[in-house]
Amino acid sequence: MLDTAPAERTPAAAPAARALRRPRRKGRTVYNLLGLLVVVVSGFPVYWMLNTAFKPAKDAIDPDPKFFPTSLSFQNFSDALDVGDFWGSVGRSLIVSGATVGLGLVIGLLAALAISRFVFRGRKAVIVAILAVQMVPLVAMIIPVFLLLNQIDQIDKLTGLIVTYLTFVLPFTVWTLRGFIVNIPKELEESAMVDGCTRMGAFFRIILPLLAPGLVATSIYALIQAWNEYLYAMLIMSQENQTATVWLGNFVTSRGTDYAPMMAGSTMMGVPVVVFFLIVQRRVAAGLTAGAVKG
Amino acid sequence: MSAVDTPLDKVPRPRPAGPGRKPRRFGGAALPWTLLAPTIGVLLLVLGYPLVRLVTLSFKQYGQAELWQGLPGDWQGVANYTHVLGDPVFWGVVLRTLLFTLAAVLLTLVAGMGVALLMQRVSTWVKALINIVLVASWAMPVVVAITIFKWMFDSDYGVLNWLLSRLPGADFSGHNWFTDTKQGFLVITLMVVWGAIPFVAITLHAGLTQVPKELEEAARMDGAGPVKVFRHVTLPVLKPIIVMLTTLSVIWDMGVFPQVFLMRDGHPEPAYQVLTTYSYDQAFVANDYDAGAAIAVVTVLLLLGVMAVYMRQMLKIGEVE
Repeated sequence: MLDTAPAERTPAAAPAARALRRPRRKGRTVYNLLGLLVVVVSGFPVYWMLNTAFKPAKDAIDPDPKFFPTSLSFQNFSDALDVGDFWGSVGRSLIVSGATVGLGLVIGLLAALAISRFVFRGRKAVIVAILAVQMVPLVAMIIPVFLLLNQIDQIDKLTGLIVTYLTFVLPFTVWTLRGFIVNIPKELEESAMVDGCTRMGAFFRIILPLLAPGLVATSIYALIQAWNEYLYAMLIMSQENQTATVWLGNFVTSRGTDYAPMMAGSTMMGVPVVVFFLIVQRRVAAGLTAGAVKG
Repeated sequence: MSAVDTPLDKVPRPRPAGPGRKPRRFGGAALPWTLLAPTIGVLLLVLGYPLVRLVTLSFKQYGQAELWQGLPGDWQGVANYTHVLGDPVFWGVVLRTLLFTLAAVLLTLVAGMGVALLMQRVSTWVKALINIVLVASWAMPVVVAITIFKWMFDSDYGVLNWLLSRLPGADFSGHNWFTDTKQGFLVITLMVVWGAIPFVAITLHAGLTQVPKELEEAARMDGAGPVKVFRHVTLPVLKPIIVMLTTLSVIWDMGVFPQVFLMRDGHPEPAYQVLTTYSYDQAFVANDYDAGAAIAVVTVLLLLGVMAVYMRQMLKIGEVE
């Protein structure tokens, strides 16, 4: 620091400074090129899906593939809609994810309030349990869950799937909402209560409005998780009652795979998820490692 | 009577506030436990009970007959475990799973760190582009990602075979990537890593902005090269994040199921089995539910150490708040 400061004042230092900056600019170009390489490599699979989906059906399967679209066609999409029961499976997926998230949100909000706004014996144990439960790999639980649902006659029923999805939606909801509630200053409620608000009043007038964005973000993220689930949906639901993720498998037949309509189907499945994800990613996903730097 | 006193009056045994503790505004433990009750109830039902059932099942004899007749199954001690652990096929599956996890986690973290460092150094517009692409590939549902990769690596019309065939002296037309298990797992690993990089890169990038500029500057002044600055300044600051990302990645990558299951069209060959698909096959294809349960228990036990590290890190943060 000490030897650069006086040098800046002398006129002779100006070219020297420029010389210092020049290799840096060159470095920036190299970095930009590398960055663009990352964009191309990482973005290619998604681009290739869209590119195949919107090609005319006869050009989509081509031993000499075209990298840039020449004409736009929706043929693959109408073909995809004819495979299996697309709207039925989407409807079932929406019912299951919607019901799971709705239930999870109501039950989870109460628990999140308990562990973020109250000090009580066993609070730490509850927090540890909520964290631990999120770590249980769901794949390991399919056998007992299947046997349990079989026992209570819930195989091939949407209610069975909804209950199952609560295993991952509920702990996630509690943990994420806790993060949002902790960030609402306690003083706001306290001053409302000093001004004559009841505990309930303070909750509905202060916490809930401030929590609204968090609630929306959490539910969209949970909705995506439930919508994307494959394993349990595949195991529990029959062919006629399949959900959207399992529906995608219909393009794979014993005669081979219908890739062009399959890419159209993938586009219909994936693009809405990406759009919703864009809305909430910044708010929610950070929760998985929230505050790691501080720790 | 103020709002502060009311709850205390109703609680039969108010806990004395410890010295140095803030006076308890919402005294009593009855209310928080009431709020927690529904969550605890649901989790006990959908997670606690099956977990107990999984463990007991692994000590029983439970096959198709028991399932159809609704029998509880007979206890048979550790027979399932001696059977599973004595099977060389099982150890092959364990080894394959661990190797795959190791490769996927390492690749994800190294590539993710590379992208994060790059994002710090590129122009704003390139950074914006990288962000868009990362979030799009992050958000892609796993089943969709699988269909895309199957299409790109298709032996007859896959774009990758076409591209590789453009290379001088290479002919990949009609090349089947899944005949050789090594190549097959290369494709699966690439797909998993492609989907996992965004979370790692974006999280690390956010972490990098927290590294104090003065520290790096000071190290540079003292003559440290870029590698040394990274090794001795940046990495130590990022360590908690890296621990967190590593543990999460291990848990996720060891739990891959559809990635292998769907890539092999629902019937993974023996050479493609990983712990999750192997347990599934034992239970639902071979109708040997007890053996499947024993394998699942072993999988969870293998993961416990990693889970403990993650939990410790999360709790450390919890204490800071």
